[in-house]
Amino acid sequence: MIQGIPLEHFLVVSTIMFFIGVCGFIIRRNLITMLMAIELILNSVNINFVVFNRYLYPDQLQGQFFSLFIVGIAAAEASVAIALIINIYRNVKNIEVENVNEMKF
Amino acid sequence: MTGYTYTVFIILIPLVMFLVTGLLGMKWKPIISGLLGTIGMGTSWTLSLITAASYFFGHHAEGFQTIIPFEMKWLQFTDSLIIKMGILLDPISVMMLVVITTISFMVHLYSIGYMHGEVGFQRFYAFLSLFTFSMLGLVIATNIFQMYIFWELVGVSSFLLIGFYYQKPSAVAASKKAFIVTRFADLGFLIGILILSFITGTFDFGKLTEPGTAIFGSAASMSFMGISAMTWAMTLIFIGGAGKSAMFPLHIWLPDAMEGPTPVSALIHAATMVVAGVFLVARMFPVIHFQAPAAQEIIGYVGGFTSLFAAVIAITQYDIKRVLAFSTLSQLGYMMLALGVSGYGGEEGLGYMASMFHLFTHAMFKALLFLGAGSIIHAVHSNNMYDMGGLRKYLPITHITFLIACLTIAGVPFLSGFFSKDEILVAALHHNKLLFAVEFIVAGLTAFYMFRLYFCVFWGKDRHYHHTPHESPLTMTIPLMFLAVASVFAGYLPFTELVTSDKLGFESEMNYMVAVPSVLIGLLGIGLAWILYKKESEVPAKLAKSWGILYTATYNKFYFDEIYLFVTRKIIFNYISRPIAWFDRHIIDAFMVGIGLTTEKVSYKIKGMQSGQLQHYAFAFVAGTLALALSMIYLMM
Amino acid sequence: MNILTLLVLIPVLTMVVVLFTKDYKGARLASAIGMGIELIATVYLVLAYLAARKTGMMHEMLFTSDFMWYPSLNIHFAFGVDGIAVAMIGLTSIVIFAGIFASWELQFLTKEFFVSLILLVTAVYGFFISLDLFTMFLFYELALIPMYLLIGLWGTGPKEKSAMKLTLMLMAGSALIMVGILGLYYNSAPGGGPLTFNIIEISKISIPVAAQRFFFPFAFVGFGILGALFPFHTWSPDGHASAPTAVSMLHAGVLMKLGGYGCFRVAMFLMPQAAQEMAWIFIILTTISVVYGAFSAIWQTDLKFINAYSSVSHCGLVIFALLMMNETAMDGAILQMISHGLMTALFFALIGMIYGRTHTRDIRQMGGLMKVIPFLAVVYMIAGFASLGLPGLSGFVAEMTVFVGSFQHQDMFHRVVTVIVASSIVITAVYILKVVGVLLLGPLKDQHHADLEDAKWYEKLSTVTLVLAVAAIGIAPLWLSDTIVASLKPIVARLAMVIPF
Repeated sequence: MIQGIPLEHFLVVSTIMFFIGVCGFIIRRNLITMLMAIELILNSVNINFVVFNRYLYPDQLQGQFFSLFIVGIAAAEASVAIALIINIYRNVKNIEVENVNEMKF
Repeated sequence: MTGYTYTVFIILIPLVMFLVTGLLGMKWKPIISGLLGTIGMGTSWTLSLITAASYFFGHHAEGFQTIIPFEMKWLQFTDSLIIKMGILLDPISVMMLVVITTISFMVHLYSIGYMHGEVGFQRFYAFLSLFTFSMLGLVIATNIFQMYIFWELVGVSSFLLIGFYYQKPSAVAASKKAFIVTRFADLGFLIGILILSFITGTFDFGKLTEPGTAIFGSAASMSFMGISAMTWAMTLIFIGGAGKSAMFPLHIWLPDAMEGPTPVSALIHAATMVVAGVFLVARMFPVIHFQAPAAQEIIGYVGGFTSLFAAVIAITQYDIKRVLAFSTLSQLGYMMLALGVSGYGGEEGLGYMASMFHLFTHAMFKALLFLGAGSIIHAVHSNNMYDMGGLRKYLPITHITFLIACLTIAGVPFLSGFFSKDEILVAALHHNKLLFAVEFIVAGLTAFYMFRLYFCVFWGKDRHYHHTPHESPLTMTIPLMFLAVASVFAGYLPFTELVTSDKLGFESEMNYMVAVPSVLIGLLGIGLAWILYKKESEVPAKLAKSWGILYTATYNKFYFDEIYLFVTRKIIFNYISRPIAWFDRHIIDAFMVGIGLTTEKVSYKIKGMQSGQLQHYAFAFVAGTLALALSMIYLMM
Repeated sequence: MNILTLLVLIPVLTMVVVLFTKDYKGARLASAIGMGIELIATVYLVLAYLAARKTGMMHEMLFTSDFMWYPSLNIHFAFGVDGIAVAMIGLTSIVIFAGIFASWELQFLTKEFFVSLILLVTAVYGFFISLDLFTMFLFYELALIPMYLLIGLWGTGPKEKSAMKLTLMLMAGSALIMVGILGLYYNSAPGGGPLTFNIIEISKISIPVAAQRFFFPFAFVGFGILGALFPFHTWSPDGHASAPTAVSMLHAGVLMKLGGYGCFRVAMFLMPQAAQEMAWIFIILTTISVVYGAFSAIWQTDLKFINAYSSVSHCGLVIFALLMMNETAMDGAILQMISHGLMTALFFALIGMIYGRTHTRDIRQMGGLMKVIPFLAVVYMIAGFASLGLPGLSGFVAEMTVFVGSFQHQDMFHRVVTVIVASSIVITAVYILKVVGVLLLGPLKDQHHADLEDAKWYEKLSTVTLVLAVAAIGIAPLWLSDTIVASLKPIVARLAMVIPF
């Protein structure tokens, strides 16, 4: 199947995805884009789960299950987040993250 | 031995009367409380007389036994330290039972007339019953702690009765002063009890006063600041007694206590409560005499000094009740002194016997003097003896009885005061010449100031009275007459056979070497008063002027009140209490508040880090995680 | 059903009932009935306890029951009482019963008030019957929270600030207690085996001395803060002054006793060696407490401040006596807790009633009230006499037991401090008589006070209940003292084992 591709390659891909996600989350101002960045982070973690599962315990499926959980949670999270974003939009008329700082202190 | 269980009722009746009149009295007509209290007290009195008769004159083989007809455990501290409530009958307690119930009954009866129509008549009777109960409990105590308990109760009833006219600021102040001064002395008493119980492991009088007892075995080796533990204990206990008996320098409350109604002064501040201190010393006498001779010396000198000091002040006072108060102080000094110079057993114990004898006779004639004074005040509505004069015409019974009392206290032969005072002088002569000299002078002074009072009030010119003074009602004069008879004849009781230090009788005879001079100096005092005060003249005023500053100092009671006021008001209130209160609010509390405020300030300073920018937080989080991860990796390497 | 569970259940049910009442009349009636039943249950408990002891049940704790609550940490709901706990429960029932009637006319958020008050009491009952350190701590915390609301909402004066100060200081105390309790827990099996929170089980082993030295101060000071240990007492004047009547009563009367009770049940009982070693430090602190509190009280003019400082002085005596570590003194300490609880509750009830009439608590603005409100004035005097230790009232019994017990100590230092502490009886007399003299006696000061009404029936009920309790202990102390001493024996035996001389 994926014989010949060493573990490191997968890890490099997932690390790159993770940091793209982190950078996106920190740098982008738009809440929707930030949400997308979070999805990237979650998916990079998914890759790790699946890969480690395959390389370390090929006869077990916990890693796979976990990644499915994460996918499910990501979906739920996205819907909650978008609901929040819509409400924020109704209040401040845009979805720039800098404008959402009312709850400091 | 169990034939005395009825003595329980002697003290229970006043207690029941207190509860009944105290709780229900307001619902009745006032007079019912008065009658009920008097009848109850009469019953107690009768029972006491029966007790005394069967105790003293009943069958006894050799000496008097100590009888405990009733005792119950009240509170247990340790295996041996137990407070019991019980009744102890021995010569002095039986004698005190008679004294207290007699005077109390007379005062109850007298007050029906004297307090008639006063607001709080029921309250007065309730308090009188409370006082009588406590005082009886004190004298029949079987152990020193029971005595302390009733000692405190006596203090409180005294407080309540002095402050009976509670809307009068001076009465309130006087009651407060009396309570706090005696409370201070009681602290000494308490610490004394603690030390004593620590050494001996018992509170029981029976065990403590047993001659030749072994419980003091360990005491000799104990000392504190170079003075033996027993001396400490006994001196402290004596301080307790000195507070109640108003010995110098704790005497300051007694003159002020005259703010109370006059019957109260007669009962509490002349005849019964103030002798509690003397009684305490007498009760502990074997312990003091054998274990702490130094304390006994102190007792003798304090007594002697007080009697002289008070007699000097009494000469210059013009408030009739205060003269009597200082006279009481002086006589109490006599009693203390007698105990101070006494030995133990047989003829040696003459001072002890004399002290108890004088206590007995003094109770009769001083109560008579106070009740007589009450009768006078009742008639002229003033305490000031310069407002009085020529009253012998208006108050014949009061006059005669008052005269008898004055003659008795002055030591005129064949009246009771003569006998008891003479015994004290003899005892003093045997043991301490200096104290004898003091007492000898005081005998003269006593005669002088009493007759100064007598002549001023009953002789001289008529004053302008608002209405013609009239003799008091029968309820008031009967007690006067009874006490007058008692004052005359009390001296013939064979005290030397009944009340002695070792409970064995002894023979004593008149010592003419002492009796004759003491009678002469008494007569000298009377004569001097006659010359100066029988007819109104300018001489006393001139004399007073010639003494100048000394007179003023004496008149102001040597400024002891002012010294005390200075110490309490200025030093304790202003220089201790106030700084402590300030310190608490401004240092300790401020420190605690300061911790809170500092926390708040710091958090205010660092809250800027919470910008509200989500991405700042995220960055901090990521950077932190990275730093942590890198450092972990570095450490692993 | 176990009587102890019932004791906690009755207040809980009362709370539920109060929640469903319609107006303030219903709420107060429901509370009064509930606490009345609680009082009856307490009387039953006392009788049952005495009967059980009489039949020779010699276990340390009676009526025990044990439910596992959180297995992995070995936390139980373990209940049981000895004579001391029974006495404290009795105190609580009497004070809350009187407290309900003292706040009879409260009409601002009545329902919520009574619910919080009863919640507080529930926690107190829970505390006294707990044998498990964790649940004990839980109930302790539970008692502190309603206090904040009760003072903050229904108080007077700078109530928010006082409530904050009180709660924060006590919370700081409970943080220390938490450390102490965890320390005990993790050292509860020095030889291996399961760790435990159970007091009785811990008392059977001995905690390593090094651990005791470290954790004893935490536990002791933590409880000491609630017991008004100098210098951590400053929450008391502010808190008491701002709290509403019933809360002051309950707080000074019962809650401060949690501190004293915890000090000996947790800190001293479970860590005897450290207690022996460090006692002298706290003896000095409490000696200061006693004298200092009394002197501070002299200078105060606010009735509640006077009483709060007097509480500092009296509660100082409690801890002082505990530290003497002999049977008599500790017996005195427990008696003093009960006695102080009753009389201080009485004081606060009366102060509340006087304040309700004159609208001031400044003694300089009042005077001669004896003439106007004789009933309240007489009861105030009785409370004062109890406070200054008049025989026949509870204060005397407690103080004398403390003094005699402390003075039996073999060590000179202990006897000297006893003498110093005993001198407080004079200072107490000074400030009590000062208040009585100014407030009640003398001529009427403010003519507006001339037609004040004397006590109503519920006020009479409230005060008479407390007076009767005070007098009952004062007149016949033997049975109470004996019950306490019997329960103290194992504790003292444990402390005495390690006495170095």
